[in-house]
Order: sequence, then C-alpha cells, then structure tokens
Amino acid sequence: MLYRENGQFKTTYAADQQIFTIAQDKWFVLGIVAFAFLAVPMLADEYMFRAILIPFLILSLAALGVNLLVGYCGQITLGAGAFMAVGAYAAYNFLIRIDGMPLIGALLLGGLTSAGMGILFGIPSLRVRGLYLAVATLAAQFFCDWAFLRIKWFTNDSSSGSVSVSDLSVFGWVIDSPAEKYLFCLGFIVVFAVIAKNMTRATIGRQWMAIRDMDVAAEVIGIRPMYAKLSAFAVSSFFVGVAGALWGFVHLGSWEPAAFSVDRSFQLLFMVIIGGLGSILGSFVGAAFIVILPIFLNQFLPALGGLLGLHISTAAVSHAELIIFGSLIVFFLIVEPHGLARLWAIAKEKLRLWPFPH
Amino acid sequence: MKFRALALAAAVSAVGLTSATVSTAAFAQAKEQFFPVLVYRTGAYAANGNPWANGYVDYLKLVNARGGVNGVKLSFEECEFGYATDRGVECYERLKGKGATVFQPLSTGVTFALTDKAPVDKIPLVTAGYGRSESQDGSVFNWNFPLLGTYWVGADVAIQHIAKQAGGLDKLKGKKIALVYHDSPFGKEPIPLLQERAKLHGFELMLLPVAHPGVEQKATWLQIRQARPDNVLLWGWGVMNSTALKEAQATGFAREKMLGIWWAGAEPDVKDVGAGAKGYAALTLQHSAEPNSKVVKDMLEMVHAKGQGTGPKDEVGSVLYMRGLISSMVAVEGVRKAQERYGKGKVMTGEQVRWGLENMNLDQKTLDGMGFAGVMRPVQTSCLDHMGSSWVRIQTWDGTKWVPGTDWYQADEKLLRGMVLNASRKYAEEKKITPRTPEQCKQ
Repeated sequence: MLYRENGQFKTTYAADQQIFTIAQDKWFVLGIVAFAFLAVPMLADEYMFRAILIPFLILSLAALGVNLLVGYCGQITLGAGAFMAVGAYAAYNFLIRIDGMPLIGALLLGGLTSAGMGILFGIPSLRVRGLYLAVATLAAQFFCDWAFLRIKWFTNDSSSGSVSVSDLSVFGWVIDSPAEKYLFCLGFIVVFAVIAKNMTRATIGRQWMAIRDMDVAAEVIGIRPMYAKLSAFAVSSFFVGVAGALWGFVHLGSWEPAAFSVDRSFQLLFMVIIGGLGSILGSFVGAAFIVILPIFLNQFLPALGGLLGLHISTAAVSHAELIIFGSLIVFFLIVEPHGLARLWAIAKEKLRLWPFPH
Repeated sequence: MKFRALALAAAVSAVGLTSATVSTAAFAQAKEQFFPVLVYRTGAYAANGNPWANGYVDYLKLVNARGGVNGVKLSFEECEFGYATDRGVECYERLKGKGATVFQPLSTGVTFALTDKAPVDKIPLVTAGYGRSESQDGSVFNWNFPLLGTYWVGADVAIQHIAKQAGGLDKLKGKKIALVYHDSPFGKEPIPLLQERAKLHGFELMLLPVAHPGVEQKATWLQIRQARPDNVLLWGWGVMNSTALKEAQATGFAREKMLGIWWAGAEPDVKDVGAGAKGYAALTLQHSAEPNSKVVKDMLEMVHAKGQGTGPKDEVGSVLYMRGLISSMVAVEGVRKAQERYGKGKVMTGEQVRWGLENMNLDQKTLDGMGFAGVMRPVQTSCLDHMGSSWVRIQTWDGTKWVPGTDWYQADEKLLRGMVLNASRKYAEEKKITPRTPEQCKQ
C-alpha cells in the first residue's frame, strides 16, 4: 500500500537511471543517512561510538571493498587483512615522513599504495581461479605479516614494533571526541558507498559481473579479462586499504601487525558471504552481524543468566558466544544462502503486494 | 518460508535487545569502588590467563571479607577479551562506562592502544610487570603505572644473573646470548636494553622471533643448535613456553642455561614438560609460588573456605595466581592511599586514584601486616618513578615445583634511568607532551 511505485512516471533517461528509481527507496535511504549524520551524534554515548559504531563503519567499508572483488568480480580473496595492513602502514609512513601531509591525503595515499599491492597480488588471478586463487592471495597475507614485523623502516624503527598516530585534524577541525571520529568515518563510508554503487552500475561493474558469471563468454564478447580482473583487485584493495588506515588511525590509534592478521581476512570474507555477495547493502549487514553480534551476546548472556538467577562465568559466556555465533552463521547460510541482504529484497517484494498478496 | 520469518524475527529482536542492554550498561554504581577485570579465560593463553584472573578477583573478595578499604566495599566485573587488542579496547569502553577508576590491561598490545586514551578518560593504567618500559617516567606518562618492574628491569637482571654465574660482568665478553621471543610488542620490549648491554659488555645478541601462538619452533631451535649460544633468554607466553622447553630437550640444549621472563615462569609453562624442564630458571618480579605465605592462608580461610573462591583451591598460591593477587593488591593500595588524602570511607575517582598510585609507599611493615612477608619487598612510587621497585628473584623448576632463589637482584639504576628518560622524552616530543616539572609533581 505504502511501498508502491504506481504513479511515478519517468519522463527522462536521467530519471530512469537514478540509483533509486523508486521514490520511497530514495527517501528511506536519505532518511537513514540524515539520521546517521544528525541524530546519532546526539543520541549515542561514548561506548556506542567507540566500541560499536566506529568499528562497524570501518569494517563495513572494508567489507564493501571485499564485496567488489568477491561478490562482483568473482575472485575469492583471503588477503583482505593484508591490504588493510598495507593501507594503514602506508598512510602512517606518508603522514610522518612528509611534512605537512594532510590527514585525508595520507589516508587516500595509503589506499593507493594498497591498490598497487592489490594489482601485484592480483596477477595470479589471470591464471588461476577459485580455491587456487584464494590460496594465492593468502600469500599476500603472510608476506605482509612478515614485512611489517621484520622491516624496521615501515614502523619507523619503533622498538616494540607498535606504531601510533595521534592529533588527527582536517582543515583545522581537530578530530578527538568519539562523535567527531564517528562523523569522520561516516563521511568516508557515504562517499565510498556512492562510488561503489555507481561503479557497479557502470561499464566497469558490468565487466566485473560478466567475468564473474563466465569468463570465457565475457572474453568472447570483447571484455579484456586482464583489465577487468586487475581493475577489480585495484579498486577493492583501495577501499580495503582506506578502511585499514581508518582502523589504525581512528579506531585503534596505535597498532601492531596482529591487528591485521589472517583472522581479519577471514572475518571480512565471512562478512560478505553472510551479508550477501554482490550487494552493497550486504556489506553493511554482514559487517553488523559479525561486529555487533558477538559483543551483544557477550553482554546479553550474563544479563539473561541474571534474570534466571544463574551466575554464568566469564569463560562460559565466552564459549557460549562462540557456539551461538557459529550456529547462527550456519543457520543463516542454510535458510538464506544469498545472504542477509536477500532477506531485505524479499521483504521489499512482499511489501509491494501488501496487503493484497493474491 | 517459516524459517525465513523466524530468521527475520531473530535478527530484528537481536538488534532491539542490543540497544536495550547497551543503554542499561551506562548506570553507575553507588558507594562501591568498581574494579574492571580484563581477563582471557579462553583462547591460546587461557591456561595462564585463568590463574591470574582468579588471583585478581580472589584478592578483591579477600579485601571485602576483611571489611573493604576503610569501609568501602569493592565491586568488580570481568570482561573476556581473548588477548585480542580490539576486543580489549571494547572491554575498556564497556567497563569504563560502569565507573572504572583503575585499569589493568593485561596485554602489551592493549596497553599501547590505551595509553593515548587514559589521559582523556582520566583513568590510571596499572601494568604490573608488563606494558611499555619507558612509562616508568611518570612526568611524561602521567597515567601509566608499570608497578613492580618492567621488561627492561627483567632483561637487565637476566644479564646480571648470567654474568654472576659466569663470574662477573667482564666474563660476558665474547659470549653469545640468544633471545627467543614472542613476536609481538611484548616480546620486543627487552630488545633495546639487551642491545645496550651487549654493546657495554661485548657479548653477541642473537634475536630469534617466534610467531604467535608459538607452537612452531623447530626452525628456531635448529638455529640454536647450529649457533650454540651460551645462554638462551625465553620471552614467551602461554603454549610457547612449554613448546620451547620441549624443543630444548629435543635438541639437547641444557635447561640450566635457559632463563625465562616471569610470563614464562609459571606452573602451566613447565608442568607438561615435568622433569624435562628440571633446572630451567625464570625471573620473578618479587614473588614466586608462595603456598605458605600468610596472605594465601588468609585467602583459603576467609574466601575459599566459605565457598567464595573463584577458581580451584589447589591453584591458590601458584605463581600466576600470586601475580594476579599482587596486581590486585597494588591497585587496592592505590585506592587506600588516595583515601588518606581525599577522605577515608569515600569512593575515589580516577584522578584521585592516580594520585594514590603515584604517592604509594608500601614499606616492609605494611606488607608484612597484610600477609606479604617473604613474598614482597617495599614499593615506593613517586612522580618521576611510576615503577616503585625493581626487585627481582630467580626461581628454578626442580621437576615438580618452583623453588625461589635466595638472592635478590635490582636493575642497574643508572643504565635504566638513562634509557627510560631517552625513550620517554622521545615519546613526549612525538605526542607534544610537556613533562611535568618537580613543582607540578607536588600538587
């Protein structure tokens, strides 16, 4: 009844090519963005910002990058953590080694360095695919772990191997309160999400999808596999690299290579698989699922135990958290193999027919 | 279709409940001094994390059983972070909202991540025996308290001990000492000091990193077999330690020539190896296994006998249990000292506890009175020295239990002070901090 496009006529090509062709969708998304920019900074407390919202936003950006590569171009990667690390360490080095380097400049240069590494480690994708490619990208992970632990230059000869960044500011705006950090990250995410959405609708995105669906056929109709695959690696690594730099600079403030271990790579891959491969929304839903659910379980279980008059030990909570989290992953994969984003799409279809489904 | 509806409902209710729990979490507690406890009872380091956490919590219970700190009861909450830095930061944020006034991160990585946040939140960080070594300089690191020694103290004493065995510091010339370390900020901390000592005395330092969690050490010990170092320093944690000892046994490296840091000197590290680890020695920052001390007897009587004990009874008094207990004790004493100035019987704020920790003076009489006779030596902090004591003993594993040595060592004050000041001044410059002057310290 409410969600129906009847009466919305498109009279120009421009109107037909909008990101959201249905007015309700457009207003809904704009409403969410406005809410995130205006209302959330007033509503959320410090814990919400620092422990939940900021990590969620940054990992959404990383998941978005991984989704471009895995979901849209069909190239499985297990090196996302490494590209985050490259972004973070490159941005760190640009910031401290070049006087007067602006913060956003350092973050974007970090992303570009990561894109370069992405192209380099994407080269094997021209020859191998599927699981073999996943193993090849795993090499990036091990290489980067090694490089940032061993090559002293990257960490500016810090004796402990831990680097730190402080006093973030952009054009005189000092970013130090949690709300400011949140807004800074949010700005990045919105811009990058729009870029990603448009890329996937443009020539380049269509090429990626053609390669994903059948690379031989794509080649026959005139798509250059090398260009398509390497561009997907580059763009994806750029996104992931910027996310890595934000993770180090804004979220942690001080980090060591363990922050970008192989666990992070797996985590990002799971985010896009659970959220929905080949869906921008899926990256956000997947990140929310993986970031927020464990923390929620960790706090909810003792509270539940308290209601029932039970005292659950910390270790038991932690074990239960893993068990429930794992079983939920399995549950969602069985119920909806196309990811949580698909649930949203189904809901929208239902809503269109509502209240007269027949 | 039913499944889908269920899944959807589950997801929606989960989101709703999250916001509910998160918003209730912000309530502060009244008339109780709140102690956040960061623990790792699961994961690769759980075997060592458990006794530490039990000791920490048990001591808080003991203080309550003894009547609290001048009548103020202690409350606490554990937060499991599994030695992961990002989960540790999440725990910090969560427990901070509940009125935490002193924080013990229990991980060098988390300490690094929180060092910048502590001054903003005005919560002192106590890193008893770990953390960043240069934070001993309290004029720069206002909020960090590496009480009872740092890794630099440990490394310094390790070299002194090796020299003593060899018959003097001049005998170190030409020797080869290998450092087998956990490849993390924790394991890398002692390197600058060891390099400094190597330069001074002319011994060769071999650096052998071991990747987390440390179960794969074949290559490392092959290198040791080839290079034949005179001594091996073991800077390990958790499963890495027992693996190293087994490898030493397999390669035939004399365990008597191995010396571990205190994280590598507890029962879980050697128990699996048993007699194979006989002769292996480890540093202890003050205490060792102390099953006969008065505080342990009190603990058994006042806490465990009443069914209040956190862990199993036979673990009370073991090395890591004592470590947790002493870490807890110094934090509580910081609160007690703060009460002397800001009002007895009141709940202290983070800033007040910071003052208490900075002006702590636990002399032998006070320690003996609390039941720490024979366990600890005096601790006195000041604005310039946030460490308070650099006493170290060496304990040896006799195949079934840890036997504390009789010699007490102290780190070389001159060498250590210079390095601490250098590093802390460099940090101050980087972060644009103006170190406090002696006058400011008095406030």
